[in-house]
Amino acid sequence: MAAAAGAEPRGVAPIVEEVARAQRGARRRFSAVFAAVWIGLIVLIGGGMWIASGADLEFVLVSGPVIVLQGAGITILVSALSIVFATILAVLGALGRLSGNPLINGIASFYVSLIRGTPLLLQIYFIFFALPQLGIVLPAIPAGIVALSMNYGAYMTEIFRAGIQAVAAGQREAAEALGMPERLVMQRIVLPQAVRIVVPAIGNEFIAMIKDSALVSTITVHETLFMAQRIGRSAFEPIAALLIAGAVYWTLTIIFSFFQERLERRLSRGDR
Amino acid sequence: MTQTDVPDRGQRPATATSGYERDSTLPPHIGEPIVAVEGLHKYFGDHHVLRGVDLEVRQREAVMVIGRSGSGKTTLLRCINFLEEPTIGAIEVDGVRVDADPLHARDRRHREQIRQIRLRAGMLFQEFNLFPHMSVLGNCIEAPMRVTRLTRDEAATRAEGYLDKVGLSDKRDEYPSRLSGGQKQRVAIARALCMEPKVLLFDEPTSALDPELIGEVLGVMEDLAHEGTTMIVVTHEMHFAEEAADRVVFMEDGVIVEQGPPEQLLRDPRHEETIHFLRRFIDR
Repeated sequence: MAAAAGAEPRGVAPIVEEVARAQRGARRRFSAVFAAVWIGLIVLIGGGMWIASGADLEFVLVSGPVIVLQGAGITILVSALSIVFATILAVLGALGRLSGNPLINGIASFYVSLIRGTPLLLQIYFIFFALPQLGIVLPAIPAGIVALSMNYGAYMTEIFRAGIQAVAAGQREAAEALGMPERLVMQRIVLPQAVRIVVPAIGNEFIAMIKDSALVSTITVHETLFMAQRIGRSAFEPIAALLIAGAVYWTLTIIFSFFQERLERRLSRGDR
Repeated sequence: MTQTDVPDRGQRPATATSGYERDSTLPPHIGEPIVAVEGLHKYFGDHHVLRGVDLEVRQREAVMVIGRSGSGKTTLLRCINFLEEPTIGAIEVDGVRVDADPLHARDRRHREQIRQIRLRAGMLFQEFNLFPHMSVLGNCIEAPMRVTRLTRDEAATRAEGYLDKVGLSDKRDEYPSRLSGGQKQRVAIARALCMEPKVLLFDEPTSALDPELIGEVLGVMEDLAHEGTTMIVVTHEMHFAEEAADRVVFMEDGVIVEQGPPEQLLRDPRHEETIHFLRRFIDR
């Protein structure tokens, strides 16, 4: 017999509760297996590598903290400063690539093409080894930051350009119709919305940057990989040192991903 | 397309632009001319969308523009504040006269003139176009603060007045994403009013709304019209036009076919095209 419309049919409460309990159980089982897989794989691969490297515990306990503390510090410093400068370059680059002025547009397009068309490692070498021939001598860390900023600035130029173009045309029209001059329209209406659109992509660039910053070890920047190689070599524990460096990069990216996710959630709040 | 489409600027009798037989037939609340569209032509590429439009709107007058989609009514409205650059013709709003100049559309002087027109003509869009990254109040005070150079307090006081007028003062701190379509359009109206323009341009302001939300927006617009706000409204809402318009303009194929007071134009149209167009609505 059908129950009256709107009323709760008899005997349904236990079923509803049972379904909810089953769903909770399934979620818990999923989390448990998921965590077990991660822990198992870490133990398996980490342990295997440990044994294969023949590392001795004393090395890890004594030299590990040096690699982590000094190396990771420089890695974070270089990556963070580079992402800031790269972002500034990228905004300017994107405005240039969208500019109606052929001079500005030409410069911006040339920059993107040249930098994206050559290897990052070559750019790092060029800035550190070749620029001094022209009388421009940069210490290792600034040279590394310049190279990474220029390189990522070029890639992020394209991200920002797409972000600016993704802001609805109506937004610009509404601002113009209020009598806002072009500069204000860009500054107050278009760019803030473009930034929201590109945050996920910029986050990915930052994660890539953390790892690519290892390339500046080649120009004697004392970052994670550099420290690992130096200490590993002198202690005859090269593989263990590399494993520690790998763990540092991985941990940094996991931590950053966590913050990135929260930032994205916060930024999406005001959106439609 | 024939050469006869080229505008004969200034050759037309007054009735062609103002829609009134003589000044003596003007309703008493209507004032001096404040918007003038003269000999307006607009091409999109080869496509001749506006084919010589003359229109004069007077202070405190509510003019509703009706016509089929593709008749050029939205393009006409967008040409008035130069969201579209007209190909030929001139626009005058509150004493600021700007000639169409498509070859120099990017010139600084031309842009500044256009901006002077835009400061005098507020625009409402079908899609509202509220700024999603700003609160309701933020939307309303942005231009007054940064363009008119009011202080934050002055702008906020003004904004609260207009938000109250559209019945949304309790939403001042909400973000647009939390508003219904009708509320969004009312905020957009408040935002436009905050610049205290001489004329409001409405581009199908209720076309993107769910049917049950149309009334609240039309209600606000009707109040504005009765208070003597000068407005030009492109709309498909015939009942609204009949209630709130001082004058209805019927466009087809990029020209104004016929215009007049709503009771005459909507009840007793003279032109074949107007009769044909209105039949669809009367049948309903």
